[in-house]
Amino acid sequence: MFKNKFFLLIFLFPLFSIPIEAKEPSKLINEIVNEASAILSSSDPVESKIIKLNNIAEKSVDIDGIGMYTLGKYRKNLNEDQKIKYKKLFRSYFLKSFSSRLVDYSNPKINIVSEKKINEKYTIVKTVLEETSKNPRIEIDWRIYTKNPQRPLIRDLIVEGLSLARTQKEEFKSIMQNNNDDINFLFKSFEEFLIK
Amino acid sequence: MKKILIITIFLVSQLITLNVFAGSDGTLEIKNETKESTSEVKDCFETVNRGIFAFNQGLDKIFFKPVAKGYRYLPKAIRSGTSNALSNLSNVVTVPNNILQGQIKEAGINALRFSINSTLGIAGIFDVASYYGLNKLDKEDYGQTLGTWGVKEGCYFVLPIIGPTTVRDSLGSIVNFSGGDAWYNVTVSNNTRYFEDSDYYYSRLSTGIDFRAKNLEAFDSLEKNSLDLYASVRSLYLQDRKRKILNLDETTETMNDDDWEEIDTQ
Repeated sequence: MFKNKFFLLIFLFPLFSIPIEAKEPSKLINEIVNEASAILSSSDPVESKIIKLNNIAEKSVDIDGIGMYTLGKYRKNLNEDQKIKYKKLFRSYFLKSFSSRLVDYSNPKINIVSEKKINEKYTIVKTVLEETSKNPRIEIDWRIYTKNPQRPLIRDLIVEGLSLARTQKEEFKSIMQNNNDDINFLFKSFEEFLIK
Repeated sequence: MKKILIITIFLVSQLITLNVFAGSDGTLEIKNETKESTSEVKDCFETVNRGIFAFNQGLDKIFFKPVAKGYRYLPKAIRSGTSNALSNLSNVVTVPNNILQGQIKEAGINALRFSINSTLGIAGIFDVASYYGLNKLDKEDYGQTLGTWGVKEGCYFVLPIIGPTTVRDSLGSIVNFSGGDAWYNVTVSNNTRYFEDSDYYYSRLSTGIDFRAKNLEAFDSLEKNSLDLYASVRSLYLQDRKRKILNLDETTETMNDDDWEEIDTQ
């Protein structure tokens, strides 16, 4: 019994003493791309593909951060209940929109070109979506939030120089501006999108 | 003639909203502008613009999208050849704009590319110049040149058929029709034995269809996932123009980090 405990301690001790290594942002993108490619090229039904793609997004995208960014100045005027409702609706909206954008691709080939650290919090990973018979070659930059180096998270996709987060932010701003800055109209837009 | 006069009056009236820094360093002004949000460009006639946008969407559904889909069925060699020829033709506008923006080296490369591809490349169908190491560069237009000179966008608006634009970009387009586009000059402006007016309009139409065909899935995805498609298109257009004016490949330099800085989720 003592022997068993002793061996267990010997084996477990090194595990606790190893520091958790920082994850390279380009490694994160590589993993996601490979994982997504495997899902998209599989013969799984669409519903199953969507669930798996959403799992990837949940663990590698800063959905709450993007949600707050895209709300812009309006996030400062929300009360706690509205904030909770917004986060919940935005998450559902994001995941539906994310999987819907990807599910049409059968086997995308994305190659990592380079990685550039902007500051302690952000790194840009440059990739290229290879040309197919249907689509031209597309440059995609991934904005990675690296404040916690052990768990880098995607905060934006910049497609051919156009930021998806910024586009989303200006879309929400337009909805707010055209409805007297009433957040309920944005909630309504989310709900309409989700039941489509 | 009457139509041109109306358009000119309309555009000139919009000039009031423009800020031209004649005596300032244009580059500096534009660099400062990167810290601003694209949404700061005023959408002065949003209700009318949304109406025209809806009209363009309808036109796209019944004409451009089906034609672009049909174009996709053509063999890749034909599509590439068409795309190359149209891109080669755009050099007649790009080269003078390279010069106006002080990009002398780029002007030389583009002029050489145009000469080689128009002759050895059989009217630009084949990109022979790339084999000689003269790689394709970004297109330039008079709207971008005005931007690099420090002219601000003015109002954003949507034109029937043509789509999104700003006062500055429309003024740039007027330069094309006033002698700034050699292709327009030899087809429409002047009666030459070699070209018809229709050659110009066919080339413009083909450019539109080629662009639409290359972006069929991207447009569908945008339409499917937007809560306000009009606002998304406006944002994408303004971001794209800003980036082209800055002639930047580095996306990070056009990003405004201010709003991100406040958001701490880790």
